[in-house]
Amino acid sequence: MRIVVPVKHVPDIHSNRQFTPDGRTARGADDGTLNELDENAIEAALQIVEALGAEGRAASEVIALTVGPVEADAALRKAYQLGVDRAVRLTDPAIAGSDVFGTATAIAAAVRTLEESGPVDLVITGMAALDGLGSVVPALLSADLGLPQLTLASRLTVADGRVEIDRDLDGVTETLTASLPAVVSVTDHVNTPRYPNFKLIMAARSKEIVAWDLAAVGLAPDAVGEAGARTRVVSSAPRPPREPVELVVDKGEGGRALADYLIRNDLV
Amino acid sequence: MVDLRDARSVLIVLDTPAAGLRSPALELLTLARTLGRTTAVALTEPSAETLASLSDHGVERVLVADLGALDPSVVHLTPVAAEAIEAALVACRADVVLFTSSFVNTEAAARLAASTRSGLVLDVAGVTDDPAQSGLVGAKRVFAGSWDVSCAVTTPMAVFTVRANAVVQALAAEPSTVEVERFAVVPTPASTAATLVDRVLHEAPVGGSGRPALAEAAYVVAGGRGTLGDFAPVEDLADALGAAVGATRDAVDEGWVGHDAQIGQTGVTIAPRVYVGAGISGAPHHRGGMQASGVIIAVNNDPDSPIFEIADFGVVGDMAEVLPQAAAEIRRHKG
Repeated sequence: MRIVVPVKHVPDIHSNRQFTPDGRTARGADDGTLNELDENAIEAALQIVEALGAEGRAASEVIALTVGPVEADAALRKAYQLGVDRAVRLTDPAIAGSDVFGTATAIAAAVRTLEESGPVDLVITGMAALDGLGSVVPALLSADLGLPQLTLASRLTVADGRVEIDRDLDGVTETLTASLPAVVSVTDHVNTPRYPNFKLIMAARSKEIVAWDLAAVGLAPDAVGEAGARTRVVSSAPRPPREPVELVVDKGEGGRALADYLIRNDLV
Repeated sequence: MVDLRDARSVLIVLDTPAAGLRSPALELLTLARTLGRTTAVALTEPSAETLASLSDHGVERVLVADLGALDPSVVHLTPVAAEAIEAALVACRADVVLFTSSFVNTEAAARLAASTRSGLVLDVAGVTDDPAQSGLVGAKRVFAGSWDVSCAVTTPMAVFTVRANAVVQALAAEPSTVEVERFAVVPTPASTAATLVDRVLHEAPVGGSGRPALAEAAYVVAGGRGTLGDFAPVEDLADALGAAVGATRDAVDEGWVGHDAQIGQTGVTIAPRVYVGAGISGAPHHRGGMQASGVIIAVNNDPDSPIFEIADFGVVGDMAEVLPQAAAEIRRHKG
């Protein structure tokens, strides 16, 4: 079983996230982390190969793949700590400014390149990157790779060459199934990610990160980045700070104060 | 100068044509009229109520997917839905496609944009013609509602998903006569490569029928760990306000409420007119899903809860006392 897990290096959720003047997400050198939801994707991949037993595990490979600058190695090191077998980073100056289409195009090209050294059975992603929160790259990957789309899985099983998921969304629970290979995205309900393993933490520092550029995955520079983008940020501004909170300490009248706030602001 | 509204063709994707249209769809119809001539696409047979709503909103044409002998459930496969909408797009030569924001629509919109090489802007609060830009511009809030961003679409075709409660719905000046046209849907093998084994509609929204759905509610009362599992005060205030009930990830994990109620980065993103958070500390994952709300009210017995930093009004106190009192007062005010 060979599983590719696309992961993303994102600004820490606790950091003060903002845009650069040219409309890109501002990225600091050391505030980045592995997108938290990608830990669920890595966990899902590891559980699938571990279920194959020692022999099956040995014949399997879980590959973390990221598209991003050199700093994204921090996310790949974390993936190594969790137990992936290989880490690949696709880095190219032409990728900067990619929208969701450019990002998906780059990931799909890297998956195809990995397929040259052996079939890929599954692509498993987190349901969203906690910076853009677009949640569409998994669907775009499925379309680009021509593979079945099984997204937002809250339960995932792989057996006998088939994948089956449950997903909960918009007031509906669905069960979907497809034969492998397939593209799956998982929510944080699918599993509980393991903690980094101490031995792996030590080993992760020196493990190899394979670095590719666009030429290595057979993409022209204008397929990605600003050249390939279909939208352009034309303005971005922080919202004006909220007025300070009007705070009431309840001494028996707190509920009435809340109702009064709504009434005097014409909200009921 | 040519009025673009005469020249531009706008396609609106209807979410629940077999029932009636809900407010997010009516908001889409209202927005669509400001952009061009509008056509609606329905993947299931529209009801008389839906056709009446389309007429009230001046829509003259509705394209209805004809699945022939296919199992009707295939339209619930996102790739099939995207292909069907693309066929409708070709039929009405749409320049713009509008969806409401939901998990399913987001993915269908992405696939549609990919196959038609259209620009895509997700979860916008508005779409406008900007004379300084060559195309349409979508306005949205990002980074947990802390930044306002405008994105111009630079391709000839544009696809938007529009968040609920961002547009004030209004009827057209004149009702229209709605022409129903059918178009055949023949999914490609790739789009049915995953198959739907089972599809179960959940019971009515949390706590009973009559409450609005969380994603589209104008008022939301949410409970967190501080409810200690008792959502009765949350439901009481929700019912007094006509609000939906929401919850934090913690409350869902504890099994106090169903997953449908989860607000946050892996649950529903909401932007109601009024949000009331009770017993909620305001962790980043929850804030990411509600910070774009119009007015934020917090009730928590810990005065240091981070949610007070983003609230407009706060009560430091026991929510089990504060919420029922507020509900009673609101009921008295409403008479």
